[in-house]
Amino acid sequence: MKEKTSIGIVLIFLSPALSAIFLFFILPLLSALFISFTDFDIYTLGDFRRLKFVGLENYIKIFEDDLFYKALYNTFYFVFIGGPLSIITSLLAALLLNSKFIKLKKFFRTVYFLPVVTTIVAVAIVWRYLYHPRFGVFNYILSLFGINAIDWLGDPKYAMPAIILLAIWKNFGYNMILFIAGLQNIPTELYEAAELDGASNWQKFKEITLPFLAPTTFFISIITMIGYFQLFAEPYVMTQGGPLNSTLSMVLYMYQEGFRWWNIGYSVSIAFILFIIILIITLIQFRYEKKIHY
Amino acid sequence: MKRELIIIFLVSFFISCSKKDDTLTFWAMGVEGENVIKLTTEFERQYKIKVKVQQIPWSAAHEKLITAFVSNTLPDVFQLGNTWIPEFVALNAIISLDSLCEKNNFDLNDFFDGILESNKIDGNLYGIPWYVDTRVLFYRKDIMEKLGRKNPPKTWEELYQLSKLIHEKTNQYAIYFPTNEWVPLIVLALQNKAQLLSDNFTEPAFTCSNFVQAFNFLARFYHENLSPSNITEVTNIYQAFEEGYITMYITGPWNISEFKKRIKREIQNSWMTAPLPSPDSSYPGVSLAGGASLVINSKSRKKDLAFKLVEFLSRPEIQIKFYNLISALPSRRSAWINSNLVNDKYLQPFRIQLEKTQAMPKIAEWENIMISRIQKYVEEVAMKKVTVLEACDNLNNETRKLLRKRKELVSQGLLK
Repeated sequence: MKEKTSIGIVLIFLSPALSAIFLFFILPLLSALFISFTDFDIYTLGDFRRLKFVGLENYIKIFEDDLFYKALYNTFYFVFIGGPLSIITSLLAALLLNSKFIKLKKFFRTVYFLPVVTTIVAVAIVWRYLYHPRFGVFNYILSLFGINAIDWLGDPKYAMPAIILLAIWKNFGYNMILFIAGLQNIPTELYEAAELDGASNWQKFKEITLPFLAPTTFFISIITMIGYFQLFAEPYVMTQGGPLNSTLSMVLYMYQEGFRWWNIGYSVSIAFILFIIILIITLIQFRYEKKIHY
Repeated sequence: MKRELIIIFLVSFFISCSKKDDTLTFWAMGVEGENVIKLTTEFERQYKIKVKVQQIPWSAAHEKLITAFVSNTLPDVFQLGNTWIPEFVALNAIISLDSLCEKNNFDLNDFFDGILESNKIDGNLYGIPWYVDTRVLFYRKDIMEKLGRKNPPKTWEELYQLSKLIHEKTNQYAIYFPTNEWVPLIVLALQNKAQLLSDNFTEPAFTCSNFVQAFNFLARFYHENLSPSNITEVTNIYQAFEEGYITMYITGPWNISEFKKRIKREIQNSWMTAPLPSPDSSYPGVSLAGGASLVINSKSRKKDLAFKLVEFLSRPEIQIKFYNLISALPSRRSAWINSNLVNDKYLQPFRIQLEKTQAMPKIAEWENIMISRIQKYVEEVAMKKVTVLEACDNLNNETRKLLRKRKELVSQGLLK
């Protein structure tokens, strides 16, 4: 005899999980959404009579805020320049470590992974020295080629590239490990068959490696993009958003507005805008993925 | 097993209960927190009460205090940088100390005026200055003597002429006005009697001539290469000072010990401190009324006792002990009579300067205005992205936005 399970019983069994999700995810999300429609700030903390419902004013204010556009621009700059560069670096490193001709693979794998597990604060101290305009290693290397010293972190033009370079170095090891796993999943028979047909190395890479890596690449690009949109620690420890706000990212701006100046209402609405942007771009990527997936 | 657990639980419960009654909680930041324990033991002995000192790092202090306020876990007494006082008054987190001072016959006249003033909001006193901090001029005596100048500059004009001379003769920068700090511009503006904010601090006054004049004066140093116009040019101020890369630097008392420690021995005798120059003949010019104060939590149930601790820590002899521990300058004039401080040649200019300090606008938004707006425009003017007049205009517009809520609350009578 087949008994139909009532929805009530299902809910009872799911209730521990559901209530946790409700309490720690849905409820904060809803209250954040509510706060984004108010002018919650330091005055409100002292006396709740000073709270005012302002409707969409915060969101309107965002689109009139020069600093927000600056932060938006910087974040896009970081994601669309730094992201692809970082993925390409990871892929190259993975290909190198996967090739038959490299010795000490395990050693290099560990070395390349080390920056990922090193705390950014320690990294920042070292990198600030590397970027030093007068005594830094980068400028020393440039000077060997007769290039004038660059004020890496002090010049608004170079500060973001400097942050991107640091972020790539810091993060490429993680994606590299994922790529290596992807590469090892490609059946060797395919390469053998291709070799018999007289395919060149480049053809093998283009026709076998890349297509078979597509799911890995897709996963990596989404994860990297979401992570890069949340750029925070690197500018926070290296430049505090300067010079001239050239490294101010959206999350850093949100943090400053929220936890430094306690404009909670405004800061939360920036968070929602960031959420929507990430959502839209992820959806676009999903659309695109259907076309390339094998 | 079970019974033992219950006993342990009960014992710890009673301990925590009994602790609550005769314990005063006290939060202090950074080195202050590390060292103040050595002073509170004496207080504990005298008043037969336990003081539980918790040290919080400066970098996280502001967030931690606000979070503690929200969760209602602020200690009875805590240290507060005196620019943070307006904010905590707006939060109703700290109490006015006037009645407690009166009740305990606490003599406020002994404190430096400008510093005490920075603790007053709307005529009420909210904090007792614990130690003080102001900025003076640190300079290289030897470089200036080589150029035939024996005395540090006394007026703006002298400062400018001297800077030009140094730049011409040594081909180095003369003075360091960091572009990532609001300090130089605010000090110059206060010296030039700029009002900064008007109408009960609800309107910006950055386009008034006194402020513009001060900003123009500062801009000249950047544009004529008398000061580095980029912070990364000086990553190690001690090294830069040692090399003569800069000759003058406006900074605070904490740098005395740093200079003694970090600058090489050969030029240890060639640096000095001096009070700040003034735009007119009223030497010395005003400087910032900085420092930290002790405040009492408005939710504390031991306010009288808390005040005893505040009173104890601000006693002249305790302040001198504190100075000997961490070089924090005493906030009371009588503490300065101690020979230890009088004979220190580097400290004497500070003593003179402390009689001429001025508080900045005392509102919760001020720190935001300084750090996110004024600092930004100092940087932009230094890099010639905008002119001084444009910067002042933009400053006015942006500050007006930041002050909108305050203006609203003041007009509704929800805020004084």
